[in-house]
Amino acid sequence: MIMHVGLEHYLIVSALLFALGLLGVITRRNLLVVYMSLELMLNSANLALVSFSRFNDNLNGQVLVFFIITVAAAEVAVGLALIVALYRKRQSAHVEDLTSMKL
Amino acid sequence: MKLEALPWLILFLPLLAAGIITLFTLRNKTVSATLSITAIVTSFVLTLAAIKFGGWEAREFSVNWLAIGSLNVDFGLKLDALSLMMLLIVTGVGSAIHIYSYGYMHDDPGFSRFFACLSLFTFSMLGIVLANNFLQLFIFWELVGVSSYLLIGFWFEKPSAADAAKKAFLTNRLGDFGFMLGILTIFAVIGSLNFATIQEQLKANPALFGGAATLAGLLIFCGAMGKSAQFPLHVWLPDAMEGPTPVSALIHAATMVAAGVYMLCRVFFIFTPDALTVIAWIGGFTALLAALIAVQQNDIKRILAYSTLSQLGYMVMAVGLGGPPAAMFHLTTHAFFKALLFLGAGSVIHALHHEQDIWKMGALRKKMPVTFWTFLVGTLALCGVPPFSGFYSKDAILAQAWQAHNYLLFALAVFVAVLTTFYMFRLFFVAFVGERRTGVAPVSNSKEAARAEDESLRQARRLSYEPHESPGVMIWPLRILAVASIIGGLIGISELFNSQFAGEAGEHAEHVRLLTRIIEPFQHAPVAAFGGLIAVVIGFLTAKALYGNAKTDPLPAKLGALSRAMANRFYFDELYAATFIRAHDLVAAISDWIDRWIVEGFCIGLVRGGTDLTGRALRLVQTGNLQTYAFLFVLGVAVVLWFVLGK
Repeated sequence: MIMHVGLEHYLIVSALLFALGLLGVITRRNLLVVYMSLELMLNSANLALVSFSRFNDNLNGQVLVFFIITVAAAEVAVGLALIVALYRKRQSAHVEDLTSMKL
Repeated sequence: MKLEALPWLILFLPLLAAGIITLFTLRNKTVSATLSITAIVTSFVLTLAAIKFGGWEAREFSVNWLAIGSLNVDFGLKLDALSLMMLLIVTGVGSAIHIYSYGYMHDDPGFSRFFACLSLFTFSMLGIVLANNFLQLFIFWELVGVSSYLLIGFWFEKPSAADAAKKAFLTNRLGDFGFMLGILTIFAVIGSLNFATIQEQLKANPALFGGAATLAGLLIFCGAMGKSAQFPLHVWLPDAMEGPTPVSALIHAATMVAAGVYMLCRVFFIFTPDALTVIAWIGGFTALLAALIAVQQNDIKRILAYSTLSQLGYMVMAVGLGGPPAAMFHLTTHAFFKALLFLGAGSVIHALHHEQDIWKMGALRKKMPVTFWTFLVGTLALCGVPPFSGFYSKDAILAQAWQAHNYLLFALAVFVAVLTTFYMFRLFFVAFVGERRTGVAPVSNSKEAARAEDESLRQARRLSYEPHESPGVMIWPLRILAVASIIGGLIGISELFNSQFAGEAGEHAEHVRLLTRIIEPFQHAPVAAFGGLIAVVIGFLTAKALYGNAKTDPLPAKLGALSRAMANRFYFDELYAATFIRAHDLVAAISDWIDRWIVEGFCIGLVRGGTDLTGRALRLVQTGNLQTYAFLFVLGVAVVLWFVLGK
């Protein structure tokens, strides 16, 4: 029996990806990995958007996703630059070391 | 020029002078003095013009100043016989004193400031005189208090002067508090502050105030009690003599202290018979008390100060006995001769390099002839020797007491007249006649003892100079005031006031021949006139016998404890210090404790401590760890989602 792949399956994958990303953001200590997890969360949202678009026969969602990917690329550049700058300053990219905002 | 503009000019010229001096010419002595003197002399001339062209009849000019709901306050000027005469006194006597000050204060570093203050005072005093409603009166009343404070404390680097200024101001405030309550009572009942409106309403319905009538009157009287230094608020006036002598003459003899009496006359229609009785007795008691104290004072200015108190007591008594014309008449003549006496005393003090003890004076007659003669005129006028002005005005008051059938107060007034003559001739004999003394004064009270320390220093300085007559700028005001003191009783002032209170303003007094006027009191009220005369004779003879050739004061030996009590002002200051001031300190200490421990410690401490504690607790949440924040953020989102979708 061939399982029919429906919207809900895509959404479940998207939710799983989102949860994985969230877990990574909360638990991982390396700033780079945290950042990657963040991207994962963003892409899970993209996935949800594309699948909605596909199953609703409306291409607008897919167009929107292209925009998001473009903007995300720019955002990654900025984020990575920040992390590099931070590393140069502190010689560390671990979140435990970055608590100077605390009194 | 239109006639309506005149009173406004009269009122505001001195303020203008004060403003210009303060802002621009503080560095230039001559210009400052000229401005100030020009302002008051112009006001005097304008007052004369207003009387010449407008006559004495009552008129009022006002502009609406405040209108809040039912409260409608005008800024108005009221001209009638009462205020015009008072204007003449304030600007006339004031001019003499301003000119005199030019000589007296010449070497003072605060010369310009002095004239600025004098002008400010003149403005405030004119405001009181011209006010046509209670609010305006009260504002100027307080302004007068402020300028008096500035002038008493003119030599503020001297602690005694600074203290005296504070004492005067606070004592006045005490009276003014009652005054304000009185004004509020009147406003609550009548709903207007205008004198004319109040008078009409009261005339239409005498029982308007109900039971509060006497109370309202007495509260209003409280204001006069403070300003005119009546018992029990009399203690500030003698201390106010710490100010420069022209100030004592202008403010604490001729004008400001008379403001209380003037106010009583202005609102005479308010007082009920009960209130008047109280006023009469307070006045009489003050007159007696002050005269007794004056007998044993040794400081020339203090004698005059107590004499002023005593004369003010006379005036207040006259008002209380239902005779505002007599009170105003005495106020007028008193302004002349008391200003004269103070300026004479100032001339003596100036010549002796600020020596004020009469027992260190003596034999000034030859050295300072003009001062001597004018001072004699002032003394005779104050004692009430005919035909000097004081005789007629004092006689009017005595006659008032006699006609009111208040024989007790009449006797009291005659006795005070004896005392007046006695202390004035004591001063006169000791300071002007007799031989020149050198520091043999009996040290009879504590103030004297304290002063004795720098005595030797002053002694050396004084002996190196001979007393000399004062310069012309100081002598001429004396001469002018002396003339006014002589003729003041005969030029129809009393008829003027009578016409005001008889309700027929503008009625011209019938022409009386001079001779008739001189002997008029003896026909009009012989008992009073002869009583006054006998009092003068007794007082003079006693003073002559005791002080004619006295080297020291013979009274302390004869009277013992009484004399000590008199010299120490009947211990009023000590009594007040022991009761009111101590009670006040106690209240202050309790308030301080409450503020320190309850308000500051408990209430504010609780709020501050609570905030602090909460802050510390909340601080723990801020770990600074990025992932904690992220986790809490997700938790928050989850909760929101649960609320939105899950329910």
